[in-house]
Amino acid sequence: MAQTGSVGYDLVVVGTSWGGLTALRTLVGGLPDTFMMAVALVQHRHKDSDHMLRTLLQEGSALEVHEVEDKMPILQGRVYVAPPDYHTLVEPGHFSLSTEAPVRFSRPSIDVTFLSAADSYAHRTVGIVLTGANADGSEGLRRISDRGGLAIVQDPATAESTLMPAAAVKAVPRARVMTLADMTKFIASLPAGSPERDER
Amino acid sequence: MAVPVSSGGDSLPGPPYAYNSDLERLEIELLLEGVFRHYGFDFRAYAYASIRRRLWKRVEGEGLRTISELQACILHDADAMERLLLDLSVNVTAMFRDPGFYREFREKVVPLLRTYPFIRIWHAGCSTGEEVYSMAILLEEEGLYDRARLYATDINDVVLQRAKQGIFPLERMQEYTDNYIKAGGTRSFSEYYTAKYDGALFSPQLTRNVVFSQHNLVTDRSFSEFHVIFCRNVLIYFDKTLQNRVHQLFYESLVMFGVMALGSKESLKFSQYEPCYEKLSVTDKLYKKVT
Repeated sequence: MAQTGSVGYDLVVVGTSWGGLTALRTLVGGLPDTFMMAVALVQHRHKDSDHMLRTLLQEGSALEVHEVEDKMPILQGRVYVAPPDYHTLVEPGHFSLSTEAPVRFSRPSIDVTFLSAADSYAHRTVGIVLTGANADGSEGLRRISDRGGLAIVQDPATAESTLMPAAAVKAVPRARVMTLADMTKFIASLPAGSPERDER
Repeated sequence: MAVPVSSGGDSLPGPPYAYNSDLERLEIELLLEGVFRHYGFDFRAYAYASIRRRLWKRVEGEGLRTISELQACILHDADAMERLLLDLSVNVTAMFRDPGFYREFREKVVPLLRTYPFIRIWHAGCSTGEEVYSMAILLEEEGLYDRARLYATDINDVVLQRAKQGIFPLERMQEYTDNYIKAGGTRSFSEYYTAKYDGALFSPQLTRNVVFSQHNLVTDRSFSEFHVIFCRNVLIYFDKTLQNRVHQLFYESLVMFGVMALGSKESLKFSQYEPCYEKLSVTDKLYKKVT
């Protein structure tokens, strides 16, 4: 599937901490059924939490929502939720899970997912940091930006918890800062590629 | 020479920002080839994103700058290789991890095991042994332990020695006690250990029927026929081709109607062996070999 040279984004990775459910529902619920990128969501949550997050997001979404399992293919127009108590790593064309130690007390770690997304999808990655209560995600967002991907941060002034977006803006000064509503419209308007093209 | 840019904080290990992904892949492939040919450990078919992350962690840990420098370092210094091996093979686990899984095991698998006069169980990739002790406790409470033999294997001898000792961090006992209760434990969890040497020393009685042995899932063959194989959160570190090869090994090592247990986010769905098994449980990953 040689499409090298084509423009467009393949993968949107989104990070938020516990409490980001409303923000995630707004974002995922605002994407039209014609949306062609894959979306991977990483939310900090308790290790014993069940499938509720997936169910709640599915209720309000025109897109299929899945909880990630090891080696699950990354397909366009699908939303993927990182499972609790694992790190979710992005490989070209699929996800891999890991039970390596928590990073800064978090598993899933937003940085681990973002860094691997930047390494696997480079400039075809969109990274989004939403409301959250710690600085996870900043490091990964910067690498996405450094590899030519697009960095977006929820306007800290409009976020339920400002710490995570404020840290992200500080780490990536060139990130676009937007309200949730504007962000949803904006990513829906971006040109899409095809996330499965790099499957090895 | 590219130098990793630091964020001025506790930055995560990772490649430098002046970055060439093809060159990085070449360096990683050369290093893994060197490790295989010189030391015999075959990590060449491991999941790439995770191995890359761990190699960069070791690069940083050794105070180096590139994967190629790490290659020279580990080829000339067996101690450095030992440290890398720990990075590559130690995975964080817990006693009664996913308590619901153990409850399902009691309900769905234990009745099956009662029908056998002798039970052989393989813990493939047992790491520091938390799951082996959990299973020994479960079988003890179900009155099955005396007719069971548990084969606990791992690629890494250092973690096996730790597993044999049966000393786990004292500060995790509260978590393990909660897990044990949720997993359907019928006694008091504290009966199984004594606080000692800043750790919790588990009763040697629990390992009386455990055989600890080094085994490499990538290069070694099967060594017996088993009624149950546990391989939870081990295959996630392998790429898809290697996963299929190991599934073949497990398939050939299970008796008919034997049970395979995978981690809670692992699935046979993405492997060739799905048709050979029947699901014993909707949510938890217990599969019965049926053909």
